[in-house]
Amino acid sequence: MNGARVEFRGLRRRFGSTVALDGLDLTVEPGELIALLGPSGCGKTTALRCLAGFEQPDEGEVLVDGADITRVPANRRDAGMVFQSYSLFPNLNARDNVGFGMRVRKTPAARRHARAQELLELVGLPDVGGRYPHQLSGGQQQRVALARALALEPRVLLLDEPLSALDAKVRVTLREEIRRLQLSLGITTIFVTHDQEEALSMADRVAVLRDGRLEQVADPATLYDRPATPFVAEFVGAMNHLPGLLSGDQVTVLGQTLPVEGPRPAGPEADVLVRPEAVLVVPDGEGEGMVVVSSFRGSTARLRVRLGDGAEVLADVPGHDSARLAPGTAVRVRLVERPVLVSARTATGVTAAVPEPDAVA
Amino acid sequence: MGDSRTGSKSRWAVVPLLVFAVIVFGVPMLVLLGGTFTREGTPSAANLTESLQGAYLTSLIGSVKISALVAVLGGVLGTFLAQAVVTSRFRALREGVLTASGVLANFGGVPLAFAWIATLGNSGVVTTTLGLGDHGWSLYNFWGLTLVYLYFSVPLMVLTVVPALDGLRPQWREAAQNNGASTWQFWRYVGVPVLTPALLGGVILLFGGAFAAYATAQAMVGSSVPLVTLKIADALTGNVLIGHENVALALSLDMIVVAGLVMAVYLPLRRRSARWLR
Repeated sequence: MNGARVEFRGLRRRFGSTVALDGLDLTVEPGELIALLGPSGCGKTTALRCLAGFEQPDEGEVLVDGADITRVPANRRDAGMVFQSYSLFPNLNARDNVGFGMRVRKTPAARRHARAQELLELVGLPDVGGRYPHQLSGGQQQRVALARALALEPRVLLLDEPLSALDAKVRVTLREEIRRLQLSLGITTIFVTHDQEEALSMADRVAVLRDGRLEQVADPATLYDRPATPFVAEFVGAMNHLPGLLSGDQVTVLGQTLPVEGPRPAGPEADVLVRPEAVLVVPDGEGEGMVVVSSFRGSTARLRVRLGDGAEVLADVPGHDSARLAPGTAVRVRLVERPVLVSARTATGVTAAVPEPDAVA
Repeated sequence: MGDSRTGSKSRWAVVPLLVFAVIVFGVPMLVLLGGTFTREGTPSAANLTESLQGAYLTSLIGSVKISALVAVLGGVLGTFLAQAVVTSRFRALREGVLTASGVLANFGGVPLAFAWIATLGNSGVVTTTLGLGDHGWSLYNFWGLTLVYLYFSVPLMVLTVVPALDGLRPQWREAAQNNGASTWQFWRYVGVPVLTPALLGGVILLFGGAFAAYATAQAMVGSSVPLVTLKIADALTGNVLIGHENVALALSLDMIVVAGLVMAVYLPLRRRSARWLR
């Protein structure tokens, strides 16, 4: 099984007055796992459905290994798909679900069953062949759906939020297994998700979409550390916007002077983008900050700290520190000494665009 | 322990219903059986034998024939109509058809017969306007009656299968396409098998409705189309021969047996088609 190169070229699609895709350009390399990430309505599912053939773009084309497949009917495309949930045929047991594509192609029953069994073993379910979908758990159903998607040995695998209906623990196990399987098969995989943690942990590259356009496509570390746009910075992980004063290639923020990385805006006033984990909080009776909210997450705790000028900043501290940094504690806030990103000062000019402590997982 | 006490208490709550059922179903059944096997005051199978001979047998077969035809035709037409409505993008059309079906499925008896007589009877509006009589058109035969029965059977089928069609998830069709299936293959391997229990149930319902129909046929065709319900009425009222009340009871018993046979075919079929539900 070898992966194919997939290209979206200038893809446009509107539904009535809603623009789902607005000139999407994206190339997925053979064998790569790319995650399409974005808020709901950003066009990520539409893009996937255009590739699967369930949706026709109004403009643009979809290429697989250089061949234009935009007008090829869905049932003649070389792509296996796993849907969000409940996509197994309820009247067929797991084995027949997996073997469905082979049955359609008139593969003899014996060979079909043997191959289906092989695939069920591949997804870690050797013993459920005889069970009907309603007798399987949600996680098992999605594994069977994965086996079914792989049954015809497609060169592209499409995953449309396949884990979103599962509980947290199963989700984590299954995403690791999908990744392991994808690497061993070398199949080009496009994974649609709105869960950034899922995207960052699984993908070779993550494509962030917004309003039907590509905001940035990069490997997870780059996306997190060097977001290309304020939208990406906001959407991927939590981000503080702190007022800073530029001078040369340095910026002064919270009384510290730090080197600036990447492009810088024209004016001296700028927003300094700082991840919560780069904010250090130390209890200090003399400090001018105060912990307002603390939400404990096990290994870390996320604090919302109000500064002397009324601005607020999010900080991630080790979980075991959360006790001595309870709400009401007076603290001193410092930033980790490393280069920071800056962007043009937002209209309000204050540190308002800080997400709620629990809004970002 | 609390549970078992509640359980035994709640079991008593069923008693009124059981008593009601025993009286309403049991007493007529006893009368029916008693009458069927009595002739001139002595036990006898003569009524039953007579009910399965000559004109009586013809009427029983006639009823089964028209009911089976209505069930199959109504089942097919109703299913296609329901599918058209379910896949339509026009919300108003869907609501309209469903509301109309709800009304028409309950349209029956003499008013239904009269509506058809006034429209397509010998002097009906459509018949005279289009001169159908000159082309040998008659509503008062087997086919005419079939048409009238379909008038309430098709809507009944629509009401029965729409929920089942709504239950077909779009993902199943897409997953089938994704696995290389054509539309036809989707229906053959997934759509129809999933719908079969509902379709079978609908067809049985139509069969029962047509089999038990009486007033419409009575008002429309009188005795020109042999139907068992018409024969029962004739025998009970002494319309043709006097003293045949117990043959009427025997014919009723025949109907119950036919219904039983239909269920005997239906239930295993249903169990087989719905084995993936258990």
